[in-house]
Amino acid sequence: MSEVQAAPKRPRPRLDAINRPFWTGGAEGKLYITHCNDCGEWTHPPREFCRHCQSENVAPEAVPGTGAIDTLTVNHQAWMPGLEVPFVIARVRLDGVPGVVLTTNIVGSPFDAVDFEDRVRVTFEEQDGIWFPLFEKVEG
Amino acid sequence: MAKLIEAYVTGVGQSEVGVRLTRSPMGLTMDAIRQALDNAGLTFEQIDGVASYPGKSHGYLGFSPIGVDEVIEQCGIKARWHMGAGEIPAQLSAIAEAANAIKTGQARHVICFRTVYEAAAMARPEEFPPLRRDSVDGSSQWTAPFFAISAACWVAQYANRHMNRYGMTREQLAQVALNANRNGLANPNARAISKKPLTLDEYMESRLITTPFCLYDCDRFTDCSTVLILSAGDALDEVKSTPVRIAATAGAVHRHSWDQAEWMASYDTGPDLWAKTDYTTKDVDTVQFYDGFAFFPITWLEALGFCEVGEGHRFIEGGTRIARDGELPLNTGGGQIGAGRLHGFGFAYEAVLQLTKQAGERQIPGDPKVAVATSGGGPLAAALLLARD
Repeated sequence: MSEVQAAPKRPRPRLDAINRPFWTGGAEGKLYITHCNDCGEWTHPPREFCRHCQSENVAPEAVPGTGAIDTLTVNHQAWMPGLEVPFVIARVRLDGVPGVVLTTNIVGSPFDAVDFEDRVRVTFEEQDGIWFPLFEKVEG
Repeated sequence: MAKLIEAYVTGVGQSEVGVRLTRSPMGLTMDAIRQALDNAGLTFEQIDGVASYPGKSHGYLGFSPIGVDEVIEQCGIKARWHMGAGEIPAQLSAIAEAANAIKTGQARHVICFRTVYEAAAMARPEEFPPLRRDSVDGSSQWTAPFFAISAACWVAQYANRHMNRYGMTREQLAQVALNANRNGLANPNARAISKKPLTLDEYMESRLITTPFCLYDCDRFTDCSTVLILSAGDALDEVKSTPVRIAATAGAVHRHSWDQAEWMASYDTGPDLWAKTDYTTKDVDTVQFYDGFAFFPITWLEALGFCEVGEGHRFIEGGTRIARDGELPLNTGGGQIGAGRLHGFGFAYEAVLQLTKQAGERQIPGDPKVAVATSGGGPLAAALLLARD
């Protein structure tokens, strides 16, 4: 007889000064992406220097949190014991943040109702002080 | 400046390829090294260089259990040059770097090895602890928190995009696995992986891993060591084998990220390879393309210009063109899907076997002289152009 396996926790990013705004911004409902105050470009994953002009004058900036699905995969394999499948892994192209995509999960819709170019909006899932930016479909 | 010396592959060896083997990682490594030395007609006294990818992986021993230093110590090698590095374009870049060492006179005979022990490590976690998954940093933090834990999840998104953008179908993708299975069945070293013929129906009905990939689109953890020995052009009188020249090498990393890049690094590596040689795609007799996942060979066909971008799936449609008797035989030993996850070095090994007509039952017809071997996927990519003069 097998025991019911509890759903696994999301692997937890190790926080540091550079990645903390991204992983904890959800506490204030904000999605932060590193922005360069000199050249205006975005750097993601976040870094200490702008990856376009190498300026140190960078800071996390709240972005709209909407976007479109660039590509996706419906994951059927339980990579960890108890992981509920299938679910959608997607790359989301963020509005107002040219050149940045986020790997994330699309939640709140059946796995077979998610498609390329679907419009999505961020929704945060909190676990032990980390606010994971997931996305859900929006109309239009 | 002194004239550059040409570098040649002069010996190849491979240990038993198995799943959950009990022979130790050093045992497998020594088996492959001895076979390669014998193949070349060289002895340890003549070896003065050792290279591997990625060096000993202390955090996850199954991935790379043997370090270059250990081989030097174990074999009593008097090394003038050695390297075990992960921060190079991809697995086969270790061989490219060994060729560069030879070209610049830093070594005359170099053992290049890649030992993997991922299947045995999973079976014996107390000896070979797995990677920790509860806390992640580095690049994993941008994928693992979303349970995109396997590279399958990352590569599947590129493959799905090809389906959406260029109309690739699962039936077309299937040709990589079906070809791998056919060739694996003709490869005695692939017996642990390719056991019986695979049909398109079985492929289409098999368990999905992460769309569009099913079970047969993914390589399988394997325990094995693969060795190539490289020698200097002015030391060929010391070897007994047919030498295969490393005619060009290339590797490219533009964005070291699995998810931010629009295209995988292979698309930058391909043009760079051809820019370094007078050979063209028309000269190539066989290709050995990295197939950790079935989509990769399709990207390599496009990246190296064997077809246009977005046409790779049509190039392999039906499977006849890439078969052993086709116009461009692909992964003639089964690749990683048909012969196990040897992690890159298997492609160079097979290319040399084919060019020196040592491939036995799976030997391609004619007089093959030029081959391309590649490794890597996502932000990693390396290509070797091999030629028998």
